Amino acid sequence: MEIIVTTLIKILFFVFGFVFSLAALLTWVERKQSAVMQDRIGANRAAILGFRALGLFHIIADSVKMFVKEDFTPSGAKRFIFSIAPGLSLFFALLAFVAIPFGDTLIVNGKPISLQIADLDVGILYVFAVMSMGVYGVVLGAWASNNNYGMLGGLRASAQMISYEVAIGVSIIGVLMVFETVSLSGIVKAQGQLIGGWLPKWGILVQPIGFLLFLTTGIAETKRIPFDAPEGESEIVGYFIEYSSMRFGMYFLTDFIETILIAAITVTLFLGGWQVPYLMADGFHFPWGSLWQLSNITVSILQVAAFTFKVAIMIFIMMNIRWTLPRFRYDQVMSLGWKILLPISLANIFITGVLIILMR
Amino acid sequence: MNVHDKYKPLTFWDRIFLPRVLQGLWLTNAHFFRNMWAHTLRAFGLKTDWKGSITYQYPEERRPFFPRLRTMHRLTKREDGTPRCVACMMCETACPAKCIYIVATERPEKQIEKVPATFDIDLGKCVFCGYCVEACPEDAIRMDTGIIEISSYTRNGMMLNKDMLLSFTPKKEYYVKETSLVE
Repeated sequence: MEIIVTTLIKILFFVFGFVFSLAALLTWVERKQSAVMQDRIGANRAAILGFRALGLFHIIADSVKMFVKEDFTPSGAKRFIFSIAPGLSLFFALLAFVAIPFGDTLIVNGKPISLQIADLDVGILYVFAVMSMGVYGVVLGAWASNNNYGMLGGLRASAQMISYEVAIGVSIIGVLMVFETVSLSGIVKAQGQLIGGWLPKWGILVQPIGFLLFLTTGIAETKRIPFDAPEGESEIVGYFIEYSSMRFGMYFLTDFIETILIAAITVTLFLGGWQVPYLMADGFHFPWGSLWQLSNITVSILQVAAFTFKVAIMIFIMMNIRWTLPRFRYDQVMSLGWKILLPISLANIFITGVLIILMR
Repeated sequence: MNVHDKYKPLTFWDRIFLPRVLQGLWLTNAHFFRNMWAHTLRAFGLKTDWKGSITYQYPEERRPFFPRLRTMHRLTKREDGTPRCVACMMCETACPAKCIYIVATERPEKQIEKVPATFDIDLGKCVFCGYCVEACPEDAIRMDTGIIEISSYTRNGMMLNKDMLLSFTPKKEYYVKETSLVE
């Protein structure tokens, strides 16, 4: 009974408090960041009683618009599948957050509570399994809407996501080899070790090529520019062409949630997750030998803050890439995935293995 | 120029994408951080002349017009306040959209025998070509009011009559400062 209550509280706090509010904020971030990059100002007109608050009220205005617009189902669409497809898409994107560690252990009334919704032993495999299920929401929506352009988008999405699923799976094997575990909390704990007594053993330092490969394939998994061939606003509009109102809003939100998910996985695997350099469970152990003791609650807050900060940095980088690069042509997407990323990932596994044996 | 010169085959550095991606990111990030720094300084009231964007916030802030811009028409007046127009029909003839409707009438004074009884312009038809201004021998019609927000819910609302055309004066504050509009 108690485990159900704590799990529900964790879901409420992490999924709805963290992921949903961050996804809503990202609609604003995307507008404003692209505006500043392009010497513009960006959305700033929505106001409440004359206060504009840097355009933050556009989040509210957008969601009100999404909810009150006409919800249209085209004739010839498979009504049931058409209705559940956006929900499936959103559901699978959110489900992956179950295994993400947001922090270490928090002690409440003498009982340890892990700041992770479910500490699965096969964490990373579970995340990838759920992520590849996400393609169902896209393909079902595209197929059920009885539109040629929608189906083209769905076919492109499925081909792209399945191709990059291979490369993304291979690209992380180097990390798993270095840290010798597939549990996400285990990987994060292993990144708390220090190389030579002072350098944090983060994944990006031991697997720099793996980091680049994972980031590239991860952006391809989110179906955003430069890998947005499934959407391609200027040519086929995409798999959600027939969707309107909040059903479209769900697809729109899924995009941002997947961005957060890829950022969170990148942080977990390569940027030390919730690790703050030199911060152990009882405080800072500096390499020159001094100790700054902190209480458990402070350490937990620092860890969650560090995780959030790192995710924000990764999202900033991904948004930067999204607003810098043009779209890859469809054949370029495929040749990049199969001819470049997959061979490099395989070579990365081989080199990592050789180095691990040599360093033993 | 040969097409094949323009589209050179990708070099090795182009094909591995990463250097070009970093080059692009360098450019966009240089803009981002310079503009963000300017916005931050402005927010704290420092360096207010340094702008982080090139946006004109339109209803509050207008982009200055150049004097050659053709805006809504007006009819000019003589010193005594009567319209300069002598109803010669030159503008009506020159108009390619046929949106000017003039009805001429007589005038008791000797020097000027004709004046317009009505002078209507249908802005719904007008293409803003400025031929009427060039055709006018009396400098009676001009397109320098500075009014560009022209809209109406009905077709009749787009009609301008003589009294309206005579009532407009050029909005000097909308134009660039260096210009001296000929009055």
